[in-house]
Amino acid sequence: MAGQAIHIRSRSVYTSKPMNASEMIGLIETACAGAVVAKQADGLHPWVSVKPERWREVATFVRDDARLKLDMLRSITGLDYPDKKQLAAAYDLISFDHRHELCIKVFVDRPALPARPVIASVAEVWRAADWHERETYDLLGIAFEGHPDSVTDQDGTHPRRILLPDDWTGHPLRKDYVFPREYGGIPGSVEIDWAQKPDYPK
Amino acid sequence: MTMTTITRNFLTTPEVDVEADVQTEEMLVNMGPQHPSTHGVLRLVLRTDGEMVLEAVPHIGYLHRCAEKIGENLAYFQYVPYTDRMDYLAGMNNNVGWALAVEKLAKFEVPRRAAYIRVVICELNRIASHLVSMGAYGLDLGAFTPFLYAFREREFILDLFEAACGARLTYSYATIGGVTHDLSREWIDKCGEFLDYFAPKIDEYDNLLSFNHIFVKRTADLGILTKQAALDYCITGPMLRGSGINWDLRKVKPYSCYEEFEFDVPVGDGRMGAVGDCWDRYYVRIQEMRQSAKILRQALGRLKDMPGSHRVATPRNFKVPAGEVYMETEGARGQLGFYIESQGGVIPYRVKARGPSFCNLAVTNDLCRECLLADVPAIVGSIDVVMGEVDR
Repeated sequence: MAGQAIHIRSRSVYTSKPMNASEMIGLIETACAGAVVAKQADGLHPWVSVKPERWREVATFVRDDARLKLDMLRSITGLDYPDKKQLAAAYDLISFDHRHELCIKVFVDRPALPARPVIASVAEVWRAADWHERETYDLLGIAFEGHPDSVTDQDGTHPRRILLPDDWTGHPLRKDYVFPREYGGIPGSVEIDWAQKPDYPK
Repeated sequence: MTMTTITRNFLTTPEVDVEADVQTEEMLVNMGPQHPSTHGVLRLVLRTDGEMVLEAVPHIGYLHRCAEKIGENLAYFQYVPYTDRMDYLAGMNNNVGWALAVEKLAKFEVPRRAAYIRVVICELNRIASHLVSMGAYGLDLGAFTPFLYAFREREFILDLFEAACGARLTYSYATIGGVTHDLSREWIDKCGEFLDYFAPKIDEYDNLLSFNHIFVKRTADLGILTKQAALDYCITGPMLRGSGINWDLRKVKPYSCYEEFEFDVPVGDGRMGAVGDCWDRYYVRIQEMRQSAKILRQALGRLKDMPGSHRVATPRNFKVPAGEVYMETEGARGQLGFYIESQGGVIPYRVKARGPSFCNLAVTNDLCRECLLADVPAIVGSIDVVMGEVDR
């Protein structure tokens, strides 16, 4: 009995029909007309960018459509582009049945803090988005609207912070973030402008 | 079973129910960041009704070390030690994951010998990590003996790693372009000797812990993770396979020559309780150790006489062309992903590490519904989190 294992042979039979990136993007463009803003189907990381106000509709479509069936949300990466005055959230998705993957990005305008850009929350579409959206808000300041774990403060409603303490101010992964000199009486580090040092790699 | 039914069944004078009008209140119990059973600095706030847990909310962030912000200020090579410290129990897997992501973005391949060495060290580290997981899990539940048995075996693996790269925990061995040092024939022989020694030990753990009546009672039929919930939360790794789902990234999207090896993917089958309970997740890890040993034997056999270099020479100021990549590898706890965006240059623009334990821990609240207080360490232990990966 001990040591006996029931192993499933790795070459299991599954009905998967993987699509390539341009087919998937084409399907999204036809089904959710007008939602796609930009796309890049070739390259290492094919992505399609949708309008923030249509995002929840596109998310529900890509999860439920039988040919796409992108039901695993692997990661949400928040991105900051201060020169283009935009913030973005990149949703990396993969399909369990079809084994194809796609990245969907949502770009929003980057207002000056304390105003926060808003993207619709997809925590009801993929439960994995719950913690990822909290982390993206925490580190980049994108407020996800309709998140199940939201708090309201004087600047609006936003998901509850997850990694940093609840009373932290600022969003560290922004490119213009200034590290605080002290937090709750504990002195922080001195702000060093690393780019000015002579041996900083160019 | 509620407290009222328990008293009704066992109270000697059933006509008098002394607890009928007792007011009960819910209690908030804090399983604080310092706790021997929470596998690191994890804070669980439990809302309990007597002994029954109604809600278990994890609070994380106690080990947040700003790894992603640091990634925006360091060159690609300089970031390798930071990846070690994410999942510190399986550091080699993290190094390989980062190296593969950067190599994919920079569009170059490592020599075959380097890829095989990476497979060897990743699988050895997977065994070491599962040994800790198994030992610590038994320790949480009160089984003190298997813990030291597991660590005795782990010492041999750590000695091998120390001979290979000089470190026991934070290796930084697999770097961009290959591995830093080659593995000598003596090392390969010693590793083979270790595998001969290790093979009967897994049966020993089965005799000690896996089929122990108390252990089974405490872990079977508990914390059942359904397939729908697992896909919805994007659970990966042994936790996903414990629910009977055959998904291993080494088979689905193979990397670093994994497609050349013959191995099975153990999945949970619910033989002690339900499919996807804590026992299944634990037993998948035990079986994965056997499969890792199988991969290791094949890799070591072929590595002995394999020609080639262990490393591709890369320029000192290693620049990566502009672009982005998201690369996932099968770490010991799940799929570890790196999203790297480069705008040309020596330093990445954005580094995001997708820690498998971060995603796996999110399901704790759903798994701990309506369980008893003593089941919470059993469930959290079966998720097998490393807080370094959760908080980064």
